[in-house]
This record gives sequence, C-alpha cells and structure tokens, in this order.
Amino acid sequence: MRPRFGAVLALMLLAGLAATGSARAQEATPPTCEVPGYLLSTEGTLPKVAEAVKNARPLTVLVVGSRSSTIAASEASAYPAKLQAALKEKLPSIPVNLSVELQNGKTAEEVDHSLVKLVEAKSPTLVIWQTGTVDAMRSVDPDDFRTAIDDGVAALQNAGVDVVLVNLQYSPRTETMISAPPYLDNMRVVAQQHGVPLFDRFAIMRHWNDAGDFDLFSTFHGTDMAKRVHACLGRALSKFVLDAARLDQAQQN
Amino acid sequence: MSSIADPVAGTPLSDAKASDAKAAAAAAPAIAFPMAGERELRLDLFRGMALWLIFIDHLPTNILTWFTIRNYGFSDATEIFIFISGYTAAFVYGRAMLEAGFVVATARIMRRVWQIYVAHVFLFTIFLAEISYVATRFENPLYSEEMGIMDFLKQPDVTIIQALLLRFRPVNMDVLPLYIVLMLFLPVILWLLKWRADIGLALSVLLYVLTWQFDWYLTAYPSGFWIFNPFAWQLLFVFGAWCALGGAARMSRILSSPVTMWICIVYLSFAFFVTLTWHIPQLSFLMPKRLEQWMYPITKTDLDVLRFAHFLALAALTVRFLPRDWSGLKSRWLRPLILCGQHSLEIFCLGVFLAFAGHFVLAEVGGGALMHALISLAGILIMWGVAWVISWYKHSADKGASKTKKPVINADLAGGSV
Repeated sequence: MRPRFGAVLALMLLAGLAATGSARAQEATPPTCEVPGYLLSTEGTLPKVAEAVKNARPLTVLVVGSRSSTIAASEASAYPAKLQAALKEKLPSIPVNLSVELQNGKTAEEVDHSLVKLVEAKSPTLVIWQTGTVDAMRSVDPDDFRTAIDDGVAALQNAGVDVVLVNLQYSPRTETMISAPPYLDNMRVVAQQHGVPLFDRFAIMRHWNDAGDFDLFSTFHGTDMAKRVHACLGRALSKFVLDAARLDQAQQN
Repeated sequence: MSSIADPVAGTPLSDAKASDAKAAAAAAPAIAFPMAGERELRLDLFRGMALWLIFIDHLPTNILTWFTIRNYGFSDATEIFIFISGYTAAFVYGRAMLEAGFVVATARIMRRVWQIYVAHVFLFTIFLAEISYVATRFENPLYSEEMGIMDFLKQPDVTIIQALLLRFRPVNMDVLPLYIVLMLFLPVILWLLKWRADIGLALSVLLYVLTWQFDWYLTAYPSGFWIFNPFAWQLLFVFGAWCALGGAARMSRILSSPVTMWICIVYLSFAFFVTLTWHIPQLSFLMPKRLEQWMYPITKTDLDVLRFAHFLALAALTVRFLPRDWSGLKSRWLRPLILCGQHSLEIFCLGVFLAFAGHFVLAEVGGGALMHALISLAGILIMWGVAWVISWYKHSADKGASKTKKPVINADLAGGSV
C-alpha cells in the first residue's frame, strides 16, 4: 500500500513537471498573441451588425467602458481604436465609425442610467459594453451587479442595438485585492440569458500570460506593453465581432 | 497533554482523491462510531488536505491547481474545512460543556475566538506591508484602473479600524472572520444541540432557508458584503457539530445503504460533467439551456444548495470507502497531511501568508509556469515543516518546561479548529 501510494504521488508530480516543461518549451517561440478558437467562439449573435454589413450600410460602434478601455495619453493605441482599424481592414466596402464613452469609476448600475441616452445620441449598430472592474473593486453585491447588467443589456436590446459584453482584465498583481470570479460568472450568466456574445477578456489575457506572450506580472513602467496588449485585444475583438455576426466566410475574401 | 488529544470520533469527509478512494474500495464500510482510544486521523487527514488545497487555490492558477477538487465538482476545500471545524469544535467544547458547565465552556470558546481574532489581525498586518510595498513600486499603465484598489492606503484611519471590526477584508482573508463569527455562536449552538439535537439542526436549516428567502447578509467595508455569508455557512458548521454529537452514529444506517451510495455517485458524476463544461467550453452545447438557467449561478457566498449537496455526497462516499482503521492512515506518506491537519489554525494562517508571499515572489522575481509550480510545492513543504516543528514543540520542547501546568484545552489538540 505505502510504496504504491508514494509512487502514485511521485508520478503525479512528475507528470506535472513534465507538463510545465513542455509549456516552457513553447514559450521559446516569439509571442504572437494568438487566441485559441474556443476563447473566441460564442453562441450569441449580432443580427444588426450582420444586416448592416450585408446591406452595405455604415457600421457604427459605441464602446462604453471604464479606464481599462483606454491607455492614458495614448488613446489611439487603446483597443477600441485598434478594433476600428481592424474592422475597417476586414470590411473595406463600408464605413466603420467608432466612438468611446468612458464612464470612469462608475459601477454597472451607475452606467445603466446613461446607456439609453448614449444610444439615442449616437445611434450605434453595436454597443460594446466593458464592465465589471469598478464593481469588483468596490465589491458590489454580485446579485446587484447581475441585476444591473441584466437591466442594461435589456435596455440596449430594446433600443434596437446589438450588444457585446467585455469582462474584466486579467490582473495578476491585484489578484490578492480584487476578487474577479463572482463578476466574471455573473457576466457569463447574463450574456447567456440574453444571447449576447461575451468577449472573455479575462481568459484571453490569462492565456497570453500563461503562454508567455506577455508577462502580465511584470513591473513594467511605461506604456509600451500596454500598447501591445491593447493591439492584440483590438484584433481579437474584431475577429470575435465578425465571428459572432457570422460574417467571417462571406466577407473575408 | 495526551489526555486531551483523544478521540475525535466520527465522520469525516473527503475530497475524493481517486487514489485514496480506490485503495480503500475493497475495505468494508466502517461507519461505526467508536468512542474510545485513539484520535480520529481521518479528520486530521482531510483537514490537512483542505489546508493544502486552500493554499493552492489562493495562488495564481498553475499546474497544481488542477489537483484541487474545485475543478471536479461544485464544492471545494472550504466546505471540508468548515465542516471539520464544526465537528471538532463541538467535540472538544461539547465535552467541556458536559463536564464543566456552560459558563466554563463558553469562557474557553471565547479564548479560542480571541486567538483566531489575533491571528487574523496579524495576517492583516502582513498583508498591509505587502500591499504598501507593491503599491509604491508598480506602475504598469495597463492596470492603472485596477491599481485604484490601493487607494485605501490613503486613508489608514478608516481602513485599519474597519479591518479590526472585520468589515474590511482583503481577498483570501475571508475564512477567519467567518470562523470567528461561527465560534462566537458556538456556545448557543452547543447548548441547543445538547438540549434537542434535531431541533438545533432544524433551526440551522431554517436560518439557511430564511437567508436565501430574504437575502440576509452582513455588509463589508467600503461596500459589498461578506464573501462567506455566515447566515448560510453556519449550516455546514452546525451540521458538523450535529454529526459530532451523535448525528453521525444515527445516520450510519442511511450512510451504509447502497441506495445512498448510488445517489452520491450519480450526483458526483453529474457535477463532474457540469464542471467539465466550464473547462472545455466546446462541450457546453450538451448542457440543456433550461438546466443552465435553473442552476446558475452556483454561489459560494451563500453556500448554494448544490454545493452543500456535493459536499454531502463526497463525505458520504468517503465515510463509506475510507474506514477509520484504514492502515494507510498510519502510513508515513500521509503523515505530512495529518500533521498539518493537527495544527490547523497555525497552518491555515501560514498558508494565507505563504500565498501572499508567493504572489510577491511571482511579482518581484518573475512568473512562468515552472516558477508557479515551484512556489506551490515549496509552500506545501514549508507548511509540512512548520507543522512538524509545532508538534515537536508540543511533544518535546514544552514538556519539560511545563510539567506542572494544567493542560490547556483548545480545539487544535483534538483535531481542532479552523
């Protein structure tokens, strides 16, 4: 009994080390910030976006988010701008307009009030709603948070726009201070209930960190890494939007 | 001291480590409730395991995370921990109440509460030191928003007082406050269970149901609520206490029935399949939409009934397949786990500290999968080493010095608390 248990334990540990070893080997290849397919697949759909593209109408995107939707002093390098550039490139035949409405320091519930007004002002085809970070930092009751995004998504859908939810950043340095899981879970639930695509920024960034594309633990000063991460996010998000609108096959040739 | 370290009899639980379960599968179900003789090593074993798992779960995801039970079902190490804590606390202080009366038992419990409180404040101090250091060094613009969480450092007058009131708790420091509150009410719980065990348990279930019905919770600072809702989690604690005070013995018929076993197996398989769809999203098309809508979210804060049931199923199977006299419990391979389980308060605090330290090393020295795995392994080795040192103190160093001193009862000794 005893030796066998020990052997099992040793084998488990060895297997673990072997797995990390092979993970290290992969890290040697230069970072490409590729996103595995399953992180970009969604059951949600974007009918309004699909319709606009098929009828060659302009695509108007509104990004509503908090401070993690921008990079201080270099907004043009943040993911919304990169998303616009990528969409323009992939949809050369139609104009792509994009505007960003930052709601710094506001919880989902506080953003709720301005959502419909923003939609009336900008009349977008698609609203990309990045949320959860402020709520997690203020540890808002997850039930209240769920109600807030539920109401917000419903209001947006009633206003006749497509919605994409974007969740929190993966932030290993603040993991001991900000508890992300309840907010990630609730966003997933709401997205599922409304059939809205959820761009899992958290999982994607964690994947990049694990795969060695970016060392998100690093105490890097300066905006260089932030710009590269946002460029990758913008590209992934454009692919995600087109996939969710089921436009990939039709438009990419 | 040996006079106190005596039998904690009863039902423990498990973690369904496949190897253990298989090894014990051949053994006959041993659900008896023997009273005399030796310490209940299964409790120590599974509490030690819970301590290791909690430590690993507090670190950033790494290869060892895949060995923790939360990836294979609804419940996780916290359930094991709180249940065993209720069990052992009731066992130790229940006897004190019987022998020395309500007042003395209450006084002893309050001393234990004070110890846990001091441990919590000590951990908070270490946490503050780490955070302050990180806050002044970390300026990645990618995370300028998230770093706003450090703003609490700007008003230590409020923050520290709220921390002393248990209302401000950094992430990963939620278990001790829950435990403090549960222990605070232990005298009442014990008194109720001694008076009419089933009424005590029924009241606990009622409180749980009312909590769900009326959404009761404790607020936290600066906003929000307690991550582990004591009104809900008391159910597990009281259930543990109820088992220790004879409930386990009365349930032995149910526990040994094959029907129970099959229900448990079916439910655990279902939970395993559901968790599989979280890890492999490609499988999620197999989940019926209506089931998802009914089931999610499975909240940990309010101890979702699915989690509770998952824990019960694990516990039932463990009691069935891991007899109390299983020879493996004496094996030196399981010694590290049992040692850790025997000094749970110290090792729990050490685990929280090591998780902070691990984060710190990852941040300052550098990440990488290998580093993550090394930190987890090193942490476990340190926990084992410290547990060994503590038990050396208790058995050797303190013996000569305090021969005349009366033994102090605390829950650790009997397979203790936290």
